[in-house]
Amino acid sequence: MTELFGRFDFDVIARWIVPGERVLDLGCGDGSLLKFLKAEKGIRGYGVDNDPGNVLAAIKNGVNVLQFDLEKGLAGVDDDAFDHVIMSLSLQTVRHTVPLIKEMLRVGHEAVVSFPNFGHRSHREAIAVGRMPVSEALPYQWYDSPNVRFFTIADFEALCAANGIDVREGLFFDEGRAVTDDPNLNADVALYRLGRG
Amino acid sequence: MKSVGVVTPQRVSFDAPIALSGGATLPAFDLVYETYGELNAEGSNAVLVCHALSGSHHVAGVYADQPNNVGWWDNLVGPGKPLDTNRFFVVGVNNLGGCYGSTGPMSANPATGKPYGADFPVVTVEDWVAVQARLADFLGIDCWAAVLGGSVGGMQALEWTLQFPERVRHALVIASTPKLTAQNIAFNEVARQAILTDPDFHGGRFYEHGVVPARGLRLARMLGHITYLSDSQMAEKFGRELKNGKLSYGYGTDFQIESYLRYQGDKFTTYFDANTYLITTKALDYFDPARDYGGDLQAALARAKASFFVASFSTDWRFSPERSREIVYALMHNGRDVSYAEIECSAGHDSFLLDDAHYHAVVGAYFDRIET
Repeated sequence: MTELFGRFDFDVIARWIVPGERVLDLGCGDGSLLKFLKAEKGIRGYGVDNDPGNVLAAIKNGVNVLQFDLEKGLAGVDDDAFDHVIMSLSLQTVRHTVPLIKEMLRVGHEAVVSFPNFGHRSHREAIAVGRMPVSEALPYQWYDSPNVRFFTIADFEALCAANGIDVREGLFFDEGRAVTDDPNLNADVALYRLGRG
Repeated sequence: MKSVGVVTPQRVSFDAPIALSGGATLPAFDLVYETYGELNAEGSNAVLVCHALSGSHHVAGVYADQPNNVGWWDNLVGPGKPLDTNRFFVVGVNNLGGCYGSTGPMSANPATGKPYGADFPVVTVEDWVAVQARLADFLGIDCWAAVLGGSVGGMQALEWTLQFPERVRHALVIASTPKLTAQNIAFNEVARQAILTDPDFHGGRFYEHGVVPARGLRLARMLGHITYLSDSQMAEKFGRELKNGKLSYGYGTDFQIESYLRYQGDKFTTYFDANTYLITTKALDYFDPARDYGGDLQAALARAKASFFVASFSTDWRFSPERSREIVYALMHNGRDVSYAEIECSAGHDSFLLDDAHYHAVVGAYFDRIET
């Protein structure tokens, strides 16, 4: 889904990555982010995706891709195997949210997650007139959406606080431009750097 | 899709003795092999295709005098195919102990002048790979661009990366496993007992009696076929369909599945050697690279340097996706490059031989990445 947002989130994520790191990208899609981080930061790593078309696309993109079902966790992956575990715009597609974030922080020193903010002004306006929001950040109709969890920036931060997940940095964007004023209302996408509490 | 066309098997004799895992030494041996495509000047485009239990060196193409004898992986190997013989020089070899021309139980034992029979030593996956390395030397291949195999062929691809880490750049391990489970060994043991207890087996010296242990070999193959297919595939293909439209209330063939298994079993006895079957099932049972590392597969794979492609099939219960994931996790632990595809396919273990579009697309995409 990353292609919907161009590259700005790639640039943000790349800033958080130290050259040569070990990276795991969950829900890697066609592997573009890994390919980008390989080229820009010389990272070593793997993408994980359970969609056969994405696995094929990622192989064509020259990255390591593993067809695993994230809902079943990462039990076979060692503790601390990665410097960063990334989930770019995929957290809302996973049912077992908290177990997965905990798995990310078990196998990685730090997690990077980005997600569409359901609390964005345009989404609130859609709900106010009685329709489910459809936007650049949430481009699907309610009946064909791969998203299974709908949450706001405020919801996510509350979840982290309740589960002892350390929010180390949050960056917010609206159509690719940085947002600082009331991100829960004004940002369509949030990116976080998370650590163990 | 085009085929490699008419191919001709080659034979090479090796005079240097080879010490086998079980302690025996063969003073000399022959290998039969086939090649497709052209080896480039740098010798950097060679791919070895390892065969499974009943396979052979005849991977692709047909023989001039046998136009219907199509290689066992012809749908994957050829010009423009996933393993493209326009880019790669592909080698297929009949393994040591085989029955398609390489030295095996049917060959004459130089000490007696009679067929080895049961005196042919049990060989292992490690031995096969050591022997394949002799062939690589002979062909002038210092390093394979890739070694590819399905099932026990995948074990050989994995073993190449461990025994000769410097001599293989990519390993494609398909529908395989790092070791057999107790259930896998159990099936093999029933197959062996069927052969060993056949009165026509004569302790493995049946050639001298002019017979073959057809009943045992037939049962072994019937049992094997059950494990190669999935429950759903069998249901789809045969269901409870009757052979003659009504029940016989006897012990003939009532159901189509019975007819299929009998046919497959009978056919097998006309071309496959019972001693080779015994040897190959033992090689399967013994393969366990983690054994020397206290069962630690991660430690066992630490010496591999190749990049890997691992694939499994959703309905394969003989070597299930879980077994392939064990290999993947151990490679990840060691920081090796690895891609893993779990392919949705209803045909069970035999899926790896089928022409599934997505399966062939991912294998082809991986081969496209391999530099020559």
